[in-house]
Amino acid sequence: MPEVISPAARPAAEPPEPAATTPDDADLPKSRLAQRAGRLLSAAWRPALLLVLLGLGWWAITAAEVFPAYLVPTPGDVANELVTEREMLARHTWVTTYETVVGFLLAAVIGMLAAVLIVYSPTLEKALYPLILFAQVIPKIAIAPILVVWFGFGPMPKVILAVLIAFFPVVVSGVAGLRSTDPELLDLSATMGASRWKTFRKIRFPNALPHLLAGLKVAVTLAVVGAVVGEFVGADEGLGYVLLLASGNLNSSLLFADLILMSALGVVLFILVEAAEALLIPWHASRRQGVPLTTS
Amino acid sequence: MTETMTTQPAAATQRQNDGTTIDITDLTCTFTSRRKRTTALTGVSLSVRAGEFVSIVGPSGCGKSTLLKIVAGLVPPSSGEVRLLGRTVTGPQREIGFAFQRAALLEWRGVRANILLQAEMRAMDKRKAAARADQLIELTGLTGFENALPHELSGGMQQRVALCRALLHEPPVLLMDEPFGALDALTREHMNVELHRIWRETGTTVVLVTHSIAEAVYLGQRVVVMTPRPGRIERVYDVDLPAVRDYGATMSSPTFEKLAREIRVLLGASGHHG
Repeated sequence: MPEVISPAARPAAEPPEPAATTPDDADLPKSRLAQRAGRLLSAAWRPALLLVLLGLGWWAITAAEVFPAYLVPTPGDVANELVTEREMLARHTWVTTYETVVGFLLAAVIGMLAAVLIVYSPTLEKALYPLILFAQVIPKIAIAPILVVWFGFGPMPKVILAVLIAFFPVVVSGVAGLRSTDPELLDLSATMGASRWKTFRKIRFPNALPHLLAGLKVAVTLAVVGAVVGEFVGADEGLGYVLLLASGNLNSSLLFADLILMSALGVVLFILVEAAEALLIPWHASRRQGVPLTTS
Repeated sequence: MTETMTTQPAAATQRQNDGTTIDITDLTCTFTSRRKRTTALTGVSLSVRAGEFVSIVGPSGCGKSTLLKIVAGLVPPSSGEVRLLGRTVTGPQREIGFAFQRAALLEWRGVRANILLQAEMRAMDKRKAAARADQLIELTGLTGFENALPHELSGGMQQRVALCRALLHEPPVLLMDEPFGALDALTREHMNVELHRIWRETGTTVVLVTHSIAEAVYLGQRVVVMTPRPGRIERVYDVDLPAVRDYGATMSSPTFEKLAREIRVLLGASGHHG
């Protein structure tokens, strides 16, 4: 059944011989697609099952009326809230997503630059590391009010908080990655007469990528926290703002719906970084077995 | 072994035999750490002629790897002088090919791309480099594995890739630091035969550091024997074997056996395998 194959799966310049349309050849792209779907399914069914079980437990608790309805809403109430308030929730989700993504990207760039400076200059290392550590240990929620005073209620203070909170794992993993270069590779590069920049671009940086991506995965989940904390302190939009509003009105359905959206945002961003990892370092030992969650 | 007979023999002798390629004079190297001083090399002098194959053999820690790194300009000597192709070595040298103990390949690059790293770093002519890479891939039997990643290759094949990379820019001098140390005995023999052929076909000056007495004698025109720390040259043997050496015949020849036994006795170690 050759009509099933998508045009993209077919090579543009197909040999005109009849051999190309034998059932074996025609099934090849489809079976690869099926393989992929199968892999995704086998990766997804366990977390999906767990979610269903948790949902059932939740439903059982509300059905038995263990807690009053204004404290724990039923899954139905929450689903209803998600649907009826979808336009409002979508707007606020977009605001938080924007703050998180911008904060994360800035943290990635600044963190990597700091890592390069630290690795290449011992003087800068001594100057920068204590400062970075200080920025890390200071409670972010304590700086949030100052940032609001300085930058107002817009997205700026949230982005800054996301950067502050996501930046540290990027620096640490970047430094570890850049330092893990095999000294023999650096010797080799020297005998090739390579400049520092070429050595960085062709050897040190690609070599640091697996470490760096591990740090970025941590950073992206932290960036969500940063943005939401910023919204708690002073905002008129975003999921953190909605959460405060809902808790003030004792609207537990909206509260739960908001929480679900926040965690979904974190999960989606994490998966995106994982996808980037699969594209960037398919050669690395951690990625050689295909989809990471697959065990069977 | 059949192709060795068909190719032009003894290219090594055709190369200009004008003087020395490497000149090492009274070299000393001392490492100082916070706790102690270690003298790795003392009073080492050695000359290597153009196109010559010199093996350096010695027990672990005799500083033979350090000697190679000093020649390459990767480690500065404490005193003494190294001249490479007539110029004093003061920093990393570009006119060499260096093969390491481990293959030191880039994990994310395929075989061909790993070999071509040499060309990219040196900004060589792309088309010329590509043609030379193809030639080396064929010469070392890597055809069909051009795009394979290092982790998909056996140890022997990884070393072959490293060898191709070291030879890509046709360096006049090839420095090898126990390149076959991590291979199994059988693969090692194959690599020895291959290296012998490559050396004769390219006429490159080769300095090979090794633990293996058999490898040193089979490949070298001269064998330098070093003593343990502080490393110095104990003796230099001329290997009285024909220029073209068949592996099996060489191994069982009386000249080979006599020389190998002498070196083994000199190293005072029945524990050091041949």
